[in-house]
Amino acid sequence: MQFFKNTGGRKIVMAVTGILMVLFIFAHLTGNISVFAEPGSINAYAAKLHSLSLFVWAYRFIIFSALSLHVFFGIQITLENYAAKPEAYEVRRNLRSTFASRTMIWTGLAIAAYLIFHLLHFTFHAVFPVKHIDSSGRPDVFRMLVLSFQSFFISSVYIAAIAAVALHLAHGIQSSFQTLGINNERTFPVITKSGMLAAIIIFLGYIAIPVFVLAGVLRFL
Amino acid sequence: MNLTLFIWRQKRPDEKGRLERHEAKDISPEMSFLEMLDAVNEELVKNGNETIVFDHDCREGICGSCSQVINGVPHGHREKTTVCQLHMRHFKDGDIIYIEPLRAKAFPVIKDLIVDRGALDRIIQSGGYISVHTGGVPDANAILIPKEDADTAMDAAECIGCGACVAACPNGSAMLFTASKITHLAMLPQGRIESARRVCMMTESMMNEGFGSCGNHYECQAACPKGIKVQFIAKLNREFLKAVFKTYTPF
Ligand code: HEM
Ligand code: FES
Repeated sequence: MQFFKNTGGRKIVMAVTGILMVLFIFAHLTGNISVFAEPGSINAYAAKLHSLSLFVWAYRFIIFSALSLHVFFGIQITLENYAAKPEAYEVRRNLRSTFASRTMIWTGLAIAAYLIFHLLHFTFHAVFPVKHIDSSGRPDVFRMLVLSFQSFFISSVYIAAIAAVALHLAHGIQSSFQTLGINNERTFPVITKSGMLAAIIIFLGYIAIPVFVLAGVLRFL
Repeated sequence: MNLTLFIWRQKRPDEKGRLERHEAKDISPEMSFLEMLDAVNEELVKNGNETIVFDHDCREGICGSCSQVINGVPHGHREKTTVCQLHMRHFKDGDIIYIEPLRAKAFPVIKDLIVDRGALDRIIQSGGYISVHTGGVPDANAILIPKEDADTAMDAAECIGCGACVAACPNGSAMLFTASKITHLAMLPQGRIESARRVCMMTESMMNEGFGSCGNHYECQAACPKGIKVQFIAKLNREFLKAVFKTYTPF
């Protein structure tokens, strides 16, 4: 029998890749925090990351592979699920499912669209480019962030995307534990609440930068 | 009391069905939902019309035949209640009630409210059995089983195979049904022999019958007339993980 064709096999891949990306999101968040330290520190952090090029490329490779598998199986499973329920009820009442659980494919696709934008924006500087060098000769990440997020439009895009991530994870984290069988009646409420809490922390942590820039707290002195 | 019913009518599997309006008059609150439909059918017979076709058998909540989706919930809005055990006192005079068949690709409509649930039987056939000794009758308590394990197995064995979980699932998945059968057998020593093979065969069979994958929405547990818990699905997933390396190749 073929693992990648089984319903359980593919869900395990979704869950493992999902959790990997959650770990990545938390790592990314701790990196972002340096923006709140003195202005040069995020530049130093970015420069340090880029000096570890082997590490960075290995990291990118793992995340990109996880994401590709996750997106591929996410779309495939969703299409199969639609096919398994061809006729809708005239009247339908949901009892236990949540807005987040029913919109996984849409928040997922929104994240995919956002990731493309995010990479074009801050990694490749292909859209809304703001490229500066700071006084130590490093790429000035701090200036790039502040100048970008001073645009209400760009900030809105980022905040909306982070909301999509938070919704995806409000269901996804809890779901991945169930998929991996790490769940029983005792741990179930704890896992569900912790998943929600993690989603909220991610949401607040990530919107902090655009919100603080818009509010004028993060700015050039 | 008097009720307005919108009932799914469909003559044949390949015909397009539609909701049809019926009035249920002078319904006693003591009646069960099925008895209310019986009364509507008697009126239809009196007037020379074709009766509404629905599944039922035991009428005491143990056979799982009587599944209907009532106002958007399989078996209606009462928790842990089959349609035959749903009483009209839980409705009000003048209520509008929508009655539809269980919907899933794997459950084709045969007529009106009856669907073919043979797919569930075929999932059982693919792995829902155990090996037994031939020869003399063994002593009743020759195999010791911890009380908790026996209880869990019995809880899982409560599943009456009605298909409400499939009907409630946004993905048309039969995961709660399959998980309850797998847990029931895997919890007991007699069921361990085939456990790896069973979980693989039954999940494969579920997919091949056209059921979707579990999205962990947990609508199934909320709709289950026997209160089967989604923790059994986690158990199925653990059984699957244990079996993966024994049974599966990647591609
Ligand atoms: C980029 C585009 C993405 C798409 C199209 C996508 C799509 C999906 C879909 C459709 C599901 C539900 C699968 C099911 O119900 O069977 C899902 C589950 C999940 N996703 Fe995503 N997703 C994306 C990105 C992400 C990201 C960035 C993360 C993590 C940060 C993530 C974490 C998860 C988790 C943890 C699950 C739960 C897995 C499970 O049910 O066991 N997803 N995703
Ligand atoms: S008719 Fe048997 S459970 Fe309702």
